[in-house]
Amino acid sequence: MTAPRWIPYALIAPAALFLAALFIVPLVQTILLSFDGGGTPDHLANYRKMAGDLNFTLAIRNTFLLVGVVVPIQLALAMGMAVMLQKMSTGRDIVLWIWTIPLGVSDLAAGLVWLALLQNSGYLNTVLFQLGLLDGPTPWLNAETPVTLFVGIVLAEIWRATAVVLIVLVAGFQLIPKEYSEAAEVFGARSWTAFRLITLPLLKPSIQSALILRTVLAFEVFAVVYALGGRNMPVLVGEAYAWQYENQNYGVAAAYAVLVMVISLAATVVYLYALRTRPETQP
Amino acid sequence: MAGIQIERVGKRFGGALALDSVSLDVADGEFVALLGPSGCGKTTLLRIVAGLETRSSGAVRIGGRDVSDLRPADRGLAMVFQNYAVFPHMTVFDNVAFGLRMQKKPREDIERKVRRAAALLQIEPYLDRYPAKLSGGQRQRVAVARALAVEPAVLLMDEPLSNLDALLRLEMRAELKSVLREAKTTTLYVTHDQTEAMGLADRIAVMQQGRIVQADAPTTVYSRPASTFVGGFVGSPPMNFVKVTASGRSARLDALDLRPPADGDLLLGFRGEDVQLVPPDEGMTFVVKVAEPMGSHLLLTGSAAGCPVRVVAPPTASVHAGDRLGLRPDPDRIAWMSQDSGLALDGHA
Amino acid sequence: MTGARRLMFWSGVAALCAWVLVPIYLIALGAFGGRAAAFRWPKAFTLVNASLEQLATFLRIEGVWNAALNSVIAASLTMALSLLLGAPAGYALARYRFRGAGAFRLMVLLTRAFPLAILALPLTVVFIRAGLYDTPFGVALVHTALALPFAALVTAGLFAGIPRELEEAAWVFGCSRLQAFMRVVLPLALPGLAAAAIFAFVISWNEVFAASVLTVRNRTLTAYLLTVLAESPLHYRFAGGFVLIVPSVVFIFAVRRYLFALWGVSNR
Repeated sequence: MTAPRWIPYALIAPAALFLAALFIVPLVQTILLSFDGGGTPDHLANYRKMAGDLNFTLAIRNTFLLVGVVVPIQLALAMGMAVMLQKMSTGRDIVLWIWTIPLGVSDLAAGLVWLALLQNSGYLNTVLFQLGLLDGPTPWLNAETPVTLFVGIVLAEIWRATAVVLIVLVAGFQLIPKEYSEAAEVFGARSWTAFRLITLPLLKPSIQSALILRTVLAFEVFAVVYALGGRNMPVLVGEAYAWQYENQNYGVAAAYAVLVMVISLAATVVYLYALRTRPETQP
Repeated sequence: MAGIQIERVGKRFGGALALDSVSLDVADGEFVALLGPSGCGKTTLLRIVAGLETRSSGAVRIGGRDVSDLRPADRGLAMVFQNYAVFPHMTVFDNVAFGLRMQKKPREDIERKVRRAAALLQIEPYLDRYPAKLSGGQRQRVAVARALAVEPAVLLMDEPLSNLDALLRLEMRAELKSVLREAKTTTLYVTHDQTEAMGLADRIAVMQQGRIVQADAPTTVYSRPASTFVGGFVGSPPMNFVKVTASGRSARLDALDLRPPADGDLLLGFRGEDVQLVPPDEGMTFVVKVAEPMGSHLLLTGSAAGCPVRVVAPPTASVHAGDRLGLRPDPDRIAWMSQDSGLALDGHA
Repeated sequence: MTGARRLMFWSGVAALCAWVLVPIYLIALGAFGGRAAAFRWPKAFTLVNASLEQLATFLRIEGVWNAALNSVIAASLTMALSLLLGAPAGYALARYRFRGAGAFRLMVLLTRAFPLAILALPLTVVFIRAGLYDTPFGVALVHTALALPFAALVTAGLFAGIPRELEEAAWVFGCSRLQAFMRVVLPLALPGLAAAAIFAFVISWNEVFAASVLTVRNRTLTAYLLTVLAESPLHYRFAGGFVLIVPSVVFIFAVRRYLFALWGVSNR
């Protein structure tokens, strides 16, 4: 029985209306708010205020540094883990479960977990102390130790969010018939060559979606940073939160939001272009 | 029990014409096979009869009642799907009982009818199992039992044997035939396998590009194809067609004299087993390219009068690649076709 | 693999497992160890005089209990809303070809390219006017915007995986459209739908930014922890972190079979 035409529309209407109300409308509002001069014709006032802020350059630098360091490491690590899972014949399910546990851990919780490890009298320092490398509790997460604070945040981010990349990649691996790399090996390719020439190109769409997903979320980094370093290390979304919540200046917060969205969109576009595949070259 | 009348049913998908004003009558209790290559519209036609697809024009009647605009549920039919569509979350019993439960039949009635259908298809031992634990052939039986349990006026089957392996298919085919003969259900059966259609059906409707090109008894379709397409599609090996030019109702091919029913450019159609092998100078010349011993017969592939020809020879015949033979088709079993239209000429042979 | 390579391989696997598990173990120590453990130096790597008492004390703080309750309410609402709105859309995408399906799919995918939580910022004003500000329901609305795209795409994959023939068979054997859905499609989709629901719950449970922006007194647990972070003692922070993690770990275990449906397939 073929459907009356209105059925699919009735089915998507609630979701479409909801997303319009809570995605499209606030999106437009954010943009409008960020260009609101507060009664004056100066539509860039919020942006000027944002850019003039002491933390702005720092936040930009820190956010980009974090994304630039974290995302590539996560991709490499997840790729390694996915290949390992591929080779595993026993215990695959349990290992996969363990490796994906952080998927359910919030960024705030992840920050707190790593705080327990890295704080002055934390577990890391205890180990270093017992190895005789430290004399006593030592701070790593202060404004005075920006490098170790940064490393700490990187560790926490890698710990928390590599699982997403892993899942997308493992799913991608499952879509590639084993025969392809077997065929390559039969024709004399070593396993690394087979991986590079067969698996990697076929995995490109998965790599692309993993990178988009992860990068967009990485630009949103905020709670991990807060949990570990307070406002010792400004990041973009953290600044948006501060302007909204502490300074009660919604316009500048909106300007930050628009900035983050533009960066995220730009990153998405770059990935879509750089990792594009012709559909006919995929199985 | 009821017959099916398909009246000038047409179907368009976007701009493409899938069915071109198809008409077919299936008599009460008759088994008709819709046979054709993939994409010929046979499944679309079946789904329109089932009510799973809307028609663009025409009408479908079941038991004289116009069902064209009814939901599938209200058409009084049952169907066996290509992938069986056995519900995986129900036991075999619940699957077979599904249609009866939807009809709100009393409990004892359902129990009795399920048992009977299960006995007919020999799935009684599995009634409490889930389909995932069954083999493909057993699932097939469940699908048929589910359809027969509702004692439908009309049974529709969409390539029900195509997912079975060759041996099982042969076994199921025979069983299906005996079960359906007993049930005397009007059946419309879609298949692309001509041996299945030949073996099962009372009548075969051969479809080509959205049209029924011939609807006849299996033997008629086989020996008197309505067109070169039917001759080529039905039968293995397919019917041979050799080009002949006739004038004055007579033609000559090498050493063979023929009496065609018309003049002009014709095709001499004959089945590979309907020929006599004779010395080269006593029939049309046949050059053997390949000889394949098939056990029950010897299959010869070659050419005659510039056309590819396949001949079925006795298994003991001593013929080898490169041999030249003469062919003498049985004059009673020759099918004459027009070269231009590809259609059979009236007044055969 | 040869013996040496096998050893290396499994050591690598074990190291990566430890990388995930050890930090969780350590925060558990912090959560159960209480004040004494949090400030102890050097740290013990096993539980000493641990008790549930420490965790219970943390939960007895009034703000914490309320916040946890708010989190549960918001997450449950998110779960219900995103499934109620998302599953029909997913079904439409999976079963019907209609004008606008592409546009809808694009909108859903587009939400992925946006840091959605940030969109909570302009909503504050609207929510204050509508009386939704500082309520778990308001938070749930924004979280639904986060979870709905997932729910729609995941359920689309789920429904597409249920052969259409099964539904057609139900129609032929006497079911209406709705009956066929209830009797055949729904039972088959149920485990996957449950996984999608749990996932929506986790998305809401974990979300920090929007929840912090949209609440003042009726904080969710994440928002509460974020605001009191600076002034709370270490062992409370650890207890908070642990309380946040536990449900997530359990949930991920419950939905582990569907992780690929949730992330892998829907990302294609």
